[in-house]
Amino acid sequence: MILKYLLKRIAVLVPVFLLVVTLVFFMIRFAPGGPFDSEKRVSPAILANLQAKYHMDEPLPMQYLRYLGDLAKGDLGPSFKHANRTVNEIIFEALPISAELGLISLLWALVIGLIAGLFASSRPNSWRDYVPMTISLIGISLPTFVIGPVLVLVFALWLNWLPVAGWNSWQDRILPSLTLGLAYAAYISRLTRGGMLEIRSQDFVRTARMKGLTESQILIRHSLKGGLLPVISYLGPALAGIITGALVTESIFNIPGLGRFFVESALNRDYTVVMGTALLYFTLIFFCNLFVDIVYAFLDPRVRYE
Amino acid sequence: MTRWKLANVYKPLAIFLIAAAPAFGATTSHFNFGNGAEPKDLDPHSTTGVPEHHIELNLFEPLVDADPKTLAPKPGVAESWKISKDGKTYTFKLRKNAKWSNGEPVTAKDFVYSWTRLLLPATAAEYAYQAYYIKNGKEFNEGKVKDAAQLGIKAIDDYTLEVQLNNPTPFFLGLMVHHSLYPVNKGVVEKHGVKWTRPENMVTNGAYTLEKWEMNKIITLKKSETYWDKANVKIERVSFHPVEKQDTEEKLFRSKELHTTNEVPLEKIPFWQADKSGVYQQSPYLGIYHYWINVNKAPMDNKMIRRALNLGFDRERIVKYVTRGGQNPAVAFTPPGAGGFNPKARLPKDGSKIAEAKELLAKAGFPGGKGLPPIDLLYNTSDAHKKIAEAMQQMWKENLGVDVRLVNQEWKVYLDSQTTKNYMVSRAGWIGDYNDANTFLDMFMSDNGNNKAGFKNAKYDEFMNKAAKEVNAKKRLEYFQEAEAILMEELPTIPIYVYTRVYLKSNNVQGWFPNILDYHPIKTLSLSEGK
Repeated sequence: MILKYLLKRIAVLVPVFLLVVTLVFFMIRFAPGGPFDSEKRVSPAILANLQAKYHMDEPLPMQYLRYLGDLAKGDLGPSFKHANRTVNEIIFEALPISAELGLISLLWALVIGLIAGLFASSRPNSWRDYVPMTISLIGISLPTFVIGPVLVLVFALWLNWLPVAGWNSWQDRILPSLTLGLAYAAYISRLTRGGMLEIRSQDFVRTARMKGLTESQILIRHSLKGGLLPVISYLGPALAGIITGALVTESIFNIPGLGRFFVESALNRDYTVVMGTALLYFTLIFFCNLFVDIVYAFLDPRVRYE
Repeated sequence: MTRWKLANVYKPLAIFLIAAAPAFGATTSHFNFGNGAEPKDLDPHSTTGVPEHHIELNLFEPLVDADPKTLAPKPGVAESWKISKDGKTYTFKLRKNAKWSNGEPVTAKDFVYSWTRLLLPATAAEYAYQAYYIKNGKEFNEGKVKDAAQLGIKAIDDYTLEVQLNNPTPFFLGLMVHHSLYPVNKGVVEKHGVKWTRPENMVTNGAYTLEKWEMNKIITLKKSETYWDKANVKIERVSFHPVEKQDTEEKLFRSKELHTTNEVPLEKIPFWQADKSGVYQQSPYLGIYHYWINVNKAPMDNKMIRRALNLGFDRERIVKYVTRGGQNPAVAFTPPGAGGFNPKARLPKDGSKIAEAKELLAKAGFPGGKGLPPIDLLYNTSDAHKKIAEAMQQMWKENLGVDVRLVNQEWKVYLDSQTTKNYMVSRAGWIGDYNDANTFLDMFMSDNGNNKAGFKNAKYDEFMNKAAKEVNAKKRLEYFQEAEAILMEELPTIPIYVYTRVYLKSNNVQGWFPNILDYHPIKTLSLSEGK
């Protein structure tokens, strides 16, 4: 059953992936300017030399086929801007950093979000509800480019507890992951609260209470599983969002992650890096969503693979 | 159903937290340099940017170096040199103790190989034109001359290099500090291909070697064991930090993690200017911020309108209230002091000629700007350019009644618009490649690829060609004055201000001399104690 479901989802992936390849390939090529334009213009002779070096003198359909052929072999080509690196190498170097940042951020988001959400839902409409929910509303509204510099100012420059930027020691991980994770924590806390409140009014919870279970037993054995469903379904998009959307955080804290390559490559018309990162993000988002769908079905008996 | 285990997450987490390396510290042997952007590569023949140059100038030693205090030529790999009477033949005597970091001697053949490689069409070097002064350099690069032996570069023996030039080129020795003319090691380049610039492969001849390169994170150089003058190199290691965000860079400086920054955020300049600790640095730089005028597009084909735009605003207000980094108003195109050339002031530094601008506009048939179509002002998307463009828009409107529409485009689109001449007025900046007026003025010659104004003037070309052939330094500068005069008469450009370099430098850095090329080899510096 599950295998069939998986195969079906992956079968859809292939044509969509090809569509993305084609769209990104031609869109970036048709954007004005090219990788060799610079403020000091190169002479036509030198430009011709450069284009020949990267096969850009061939007709576009030929280049497209060449790209597809290389892609099939897992080769994303050389970078135009970073002349001594291939796109594979760039991704190999930068993706683990982005993934690490993303996972720690998600951990922050879950820990803070779940605690705040459970706390708020334990006594709805009291101060224990209003205080964390007001804070979370602020958290959702504040963009990372405000939270980040404020955290740096307080913890790095005033208190001198943590480094300003960089990606070397474990202390370097704290502020950027917190910056990135806080907005998600706020959202998770609201989802948790909503889910828990809904579950609490269900019949099976009332039955459990009648059986004489304590509140904490009810929480752990019965309501948590159902109450966290909204959070679970949010985790897929959240993880994809955290990994792909870390650009601002990466630039504030000067972290050598993939987000910077993604944006820089588009600005530099570094065609191969644009393609490589776009395809990678597409694949990541696809699998994050797939993963969540599977987990969801495990947790919620109402959902089955079809 | 498998149970979700917290341990599955925190174990790997704990491992990398523990394994993480310690941050760089403040010592007297390790220099931390804020370098702006991540370098494209470290191959001196294929790179074009300033961040790359900052690193390369410490990895390689040129044939002839420059004194950071005066920018005068001083021995590099060459111990001495002779220049023929006609100024076209240079004979260099190389020092015998110059070595590559793999122990091989640096010989005249290395320079023959390197300069040939720069010019070779297959290298596709964007800076190949830096060697066009060499006999047959241009022809070889364009594929018109196939035989490298025809180039004017000859190794007489291992330690004697003879270079033939097309014209007397008084700035030739000064060109050598430009990365395009650095030597590279033939064996290593041929063995590793594009990967020769990786830390495990790279061989260099300068005071430092490449130790570590982590993209977008850090590049560290280590003092070379084979450098002939290593006894005088005081700093053991240099790390270049590619911090693109100015705010982050400034914060890293404040927390003592950088000795120098690349820039200072615009809004923080007043704060640092008021700071009394002496870390704020501001010095003239060999570059000009100007606007191109597309001279073939109506109404910009009218000289009077170009002149009116040039006279109809206050340059001083721009530098005082907008850029605020101690820049100087540009009263000519070539920045003063470029290779001893000081152009006569031909444009007002303030608003003193607005009346004349109004008259010109009226004479051109647009009194008070009436009837003149709106002028499109193109700039690449950036806050700083936008602020300047808005100030220009306002001043031209107030002073001349001219309507200006601001057009901002993303960098590559903007370059494309310039190249295809699809603009009326466009923002530009030009940093000199070497310390000579030629690097600014040759841009306006009719056949120059960087002439984005579409400006063509036979007399201008003639003066520039005469200057190129002139041996007498004084006469040469006179030709430049003539050329500059034509430029300021025809005005295919609106010079706005002369750049300054604005950055922060720790008081621990010793031996740092501000100069217009911003040339600061780390081998000439030292670090003193104290935070």
